[in-house]
Amino acid sequence: MRILVLMKMAPDVVEELEIAPGGTALDLDYVRMILSESDDHALEQALLLKERHGATVTALALDAPEVDDALFTALAKGADRAVKIAGLDAGFPTSQAARAMSQAIAQVPGLSPADLILTGVQAIDDLDGLIAPMVAHALDLPYLGIVTRLSLDASGRTALATKEYPGGVRGEFEVKLPAVLGIQAAEKPPRYVPVAKVRAAMKTQKIDSAPASLPADGGCAAAQVVEMKRNEPAGHAEMLDGDPESVSDKLCGILTGHGLL
Amino acid sequence: MTSATLILWLLTLAAFGLFGARVFRYVKVLLAARPEKRWDHPWKRLQLVIVNVLGQRRLLEEPVSGAAHLLIFWAFVFYAASFFWNLVHGLFPFLPIPSADEVSWVRAALAAFGVLGLAALAVAAARRYFFPPPRLEKSRDAGIILALIAMVLLSCLAGQWYRASNPAVSRAMWWVHMATVLGFLAYLPYSKHLHLLASPFGVFFASLEPGRVPEASAGAARREDFTWRQLFSGLACAECGRCDRACPAFNSGFALSPKMLMHHMKELVRGEGAGPDGAGLAGLIKREEIWACTSCLACMHRCPVMNEHVPVLVELRRRLLGEGDMDKSLQESLKNLTRYGNSFGAPPRARPKWTQQLDFHIKDARKEPVHYLWFVGDYASFDPRLAPVTCAAARVFRKAGLDFGILYESEQNSGNDVRLAGEEGLYETLRDKNRNVFAKAHYEEIVTTDPHSFHILKHEYMPMNGGQPVLHHTQLLSQMVLSGELPIKHKLRMRVTYHDPCYLGRYNAVFNAPRRVIEALGLKLVEMSQNRTYAYCCGAGGGRIWMEDPPVIIERPATTRIREAATLKDVRTLVVACPKDLVMFQDAIKTMGLEDRLEVKELSELVEQAMG
Amino acid sequence: MTGSICVFAEQWRGSISEATYEALALGREVADALGVQLTAILTGSNARELAQTLGAADLVVYVDHPLLAETLPQPTAEALAQVLQDRRPRAFIVPLTNVSLGVGTLLALRLGTAGINFCKDVRIAGGRLQAVCVMYGGKIEATVEAAGEPVVLGLWPGARPAEKGRSSRSPVVEEATVSLRDSPVLLRRYVEAEAGDVDLTKQDVLVAVGRGIQSKDNLGLAEDLAKSLGGAVAGSRPVIDQGWLPLSRQVGKSGLSVKPKLYVALGISGAPEHVEGMKDSALIVAVNSDPRAPIFNVAHYGIVADVLETIPVLTAAIEAKRAVARHA
Repeated sequence: MRILVLMKMAPDVVEELEIAPGGTALDLDYVRMILSESDDHALEQALLLKERHGATVTALALDAPEVDDALFTALAKGADRAVKIAGLDAGFPTSQAARAMSQAIAQVPGLSPADLILTGVQAIDDLDGLIAPMVAHALDLPYLGIVTRLSLDASGRTALATKEYPGGVRGEFEVKLPAVLGIQAAEKPPRYVPVAKVRAAMKTQKIDSAPASLPADGGCAAAQVVEMKRNEPAGHAEMLDGDPESVSDKLCGILTGHGLL
Repeated sequence: MTSATLILWLLTLAAFGLFGARVFRYVKVLLAARPEKRWDHPWKRLQLVIVNVLGQRRLLEEPVSGAAHLLIFWAFVFYAASFFWNLVHGLFPFLPIPSADEVSWVRAALAAFGVLGLAALAVAAARRYFFPPPRLEKSRDAGIILALIAMVLLSCLAGQWYRASNPAVSRAMWWVHMATVLGFLAYLPYSKHLHLLASPFGVFFASLEPGRVPEASAGAARREDFTWRQLFSGLACAECGRCDRACPAFNSGFALSPKMLMHHMKELVRGEGAGPDGAGLAGLIKREEIWACTSCLACMHRCPVMNEHVPVLVELRRRLLGEGDMDKSLQESLKNLTRYGNSFGAPPRARPKWTQQLDFHIKDARKEPVHYLWFVGDYASFDPRLAPVTCAAARVFRKAGLDFGILYESEQNSGNDVRLAGEEGLYETLRDKNRNVFAKAHYEEIVTTDPHSFHILKHEYMPMNGGQPVLHHTQLLSQMVLSGELPIKHKLRMRVTYHDPCYLGRYNAVFNAPRRVIEALGLKLVEMSQNRTYAYCCGAGGGRIWMEDPPVIIERPATTRIREAATLKDVRTLVVACPKDLVMFQDAIKTMGLEDRLEVKELSELVEQAMG
Repeated sequence: MTGSICVFAEQWRGSISEATYEALALGREVADALGVQLTAILTGSNARELAQTLGAADLVVYVDHPLLAETLPQPTAEALAQVLQDRRPRAFIVPLTNVSLGVGTLLALRLGTAGINFCKDVRIAGGRLQAVCVMYGGKIEATVEAAGEPVVLGLWPGARPAEKGRSSRSPVVEEATVSLRDSPVLLRRYVEAEAGDVDLTKQDVLVAVGRGIQSKDNLGLAEDLAKSLGGAVAGSRPVIDQGWLPLSRQVGKSGLSVKPKLYVALGISGAPEHVEGMKDSALIVAVNSDPRAPIFNVAHYGIVADVLETIPVLTAAIEAKRAVARHA
């Protein structure tokens, strides 16, 4: 069984986000890039499958700041191979990312055929679409998203995937492999790997690099950001200021006014 | 050769053979273990032996059993010497020396030690069987040993008694004595009372820096992954239970028993429980035990044979961490520490947010030279409950006229508890980041309000950085009290008690500085019975603050401690000198509903009050 | 239908989703402003009668196929593409819900056109359609234009009140046929939500906690507050994923949608996935240490403070108020 995990770096929203001069994109000099949260879950799910069924796990990521760290961490956690696609301009749209990944899967030796391609269900910057259905479309593979549980049948030809629906309902699906699945959450929170193991991976393992091969225009009808601004939430809520005591008193007054106390 | 001599030879060879075979096996195991240098500073080590073996200092901390043990020990030493004398005499009858009991002063001494020793044995037996302290087990093994020692003493005394009146009985008693001691010798290495022989070595090879985290390793998964001294702990342990009685995790009902931990080390050395290759270590020591330790060092401070429980647990934690076998909350905290340099998952820019509550600016030590570089620490920086306390410290420093600055968002968690949690690599990363910032700052001394950071800055960072002094703020305040520089306007006149933080007290023996400041403020210090090295940990250390408590525990350590503080007459204030203590004890007071009875104050808050 | 504004009518387990009516409400506004038709496309299996509830649209195209019963992304996108082949709308709106996730992306690819995700509103500027998008967990708002049309818009729930998208009018219903290949993804069964100890949807007051609560140990604070208000504790996804609260307490996209009289959001940033589940609460109070937290966009009252510090004080104030009320 061969599992591919597609990974993408995304800005860490815990940090303050700044808009670049020009007002149509984030200022990437000021953001901290981290592995997209659901991609981290996709990797974890792949490693859990490896432990359960035996598999080789390859992490495939697009070049971005901090991506080496994410890939070495993946190796330290138990991935067998890490591949980095280099040569994309900073701030590439998701459609380009998906295209570069699909190309790499087809062209980089050893990546195809894969039995299972996992990636995060959605990243916080997937403005022009989601990676998983895009890759599924490009490779003509089955797709299912919002997966939170995954097991393989004995033959390894079919996966049983659980998808989340609204209201806490879950759907159990049979998916013929190979397939592309968008992982919402792994069955366990992504594991922690000690720094020493990551350092050891940096010393003893390597990241394969593959150039991105894209048509000059990126090959897709892109969406154009005409303006980007930080969310200014104060507009909606009435903000209560003061020390905790006075704020609590004000709020008690409001709740009383609404007949809630 | 007479038949008596022949029999003695046979007995001696058998006893020494059995003894040697077993000891050889142990030595082989220890030689296969990880090396650890414990030969340095021989004179210091000898001093340890004089104080703790010959003087039995730690045993005497429990006076009755301690005194009994001291007597038994010395009786045993004397009797062992006389035995070997007798043995040489018996094996080589042609030697022109008198036998031991032919020398009158030896005889007198034997009689005296024999009587005293028997009395002490009676006390020991009474304690063991009628008034056992918690965690002392009434094992068959212990009974056999007590009986054997009694037999050794009795047979010798009886031999003396009948020496003149009935030489035949006396001779028989001599044989009983010699056979018993030889039997004892053969039995000893198979018994848990091997400590008789092992503990002097344990003390000699003790760590000269107790509580120092072991060299970086992948952690202990098998017997060979421990250092030889860690394994030796099992042989030196007498299973007296002093560690359990002192352990906050044990007394709170966590799975950990430091005594059983040492017992497991013994099983490991003997190849019991685990397979011969040390496999099955995981089954021997449960994960719940390993994660329960608060690293408070109380066990090691009480251990008469100077065993090192905390480093052993750190080795075990390293292994669990490598396997990803840890509490989810700890996992989340470590991820945050990796990403943001703090366990709160807060962006680094939020670190100096507390300073916004001040009406003055604190110097940025990265940009301008300062005398004191104040290392604030995570909890004091990020926990909103601590912001007023951290601000109080800042105002005290300012009013005292100190030239100080902080590192703003460049400070990172100091890594002390990360390290105790078994994440050595992350500790190194944090340390290196901090040291890079230190290297660019201009400062003369470091002061910190956090005992955990104090410990690691003092012992790990600064020796690498150029040896700048590291002070805990209580030390700095105490210095100013002594030099008369602390501007105290009015005395506070109330009764308070003080909790010694583990990393200030047991780890660094800073006991007097905070007490001096407390007294200088006009406060009447009423000590809790568990003070100084006996202080009872709040339960937050060693990474415990990041982990969830299991639901089965009896009572959290902080609750136990507050219960103790609350019994003091007319004391309404518990003074602390550690940010973690403050939040732990405030929580405990709240859950116990003692808000009207007791309040927790950080020392800086009281100093500020007294400054007016 | 060519040149119209088109909405994907999302049906799941026999009914049309709220998000569909919200999309219709927005679509109606845009269509009217442009002076074009509003079309709804409904896919399903024996679900024709659901078309009758889509009266906000001028035309409903119904596609019937056994493979379309469960809104599987690939067959659904393929069916939509076949329907739209020769009658291309200006914009095609797909609700961003767990039911339809992926449909929009696949449809855009299939049509060879642009997809725009994360929309919360659509504007017309100089005759061109602009999408207002909420990205980066709600922290950034972007105005986006498609290079060409049709544009496929993924619309967050909550863009318009669903009520505005309902109509008693009977729409014109057309049926379209499609040919689909077998699906390699098949639903085996639904697993119903586990009943928890508390039914969140029946509570008048909910105290919801997010990442800002920091650890399970602090849940007690929220429980005390909930008790003082006579309500229950709910959580956002990270809290549930950490195992601090059971799944039955999750509010948001994959959890429950709630409409209590009072919703107190503690340390919840307000990612769209969470807001979806609580936006219709009568009164929303949010406490968060980040003044830019998007939760303040939906809250009626906001407090910028550390939740751990605020909750106990608030609980005490409420209890004091109640005590006074009891004695009065």
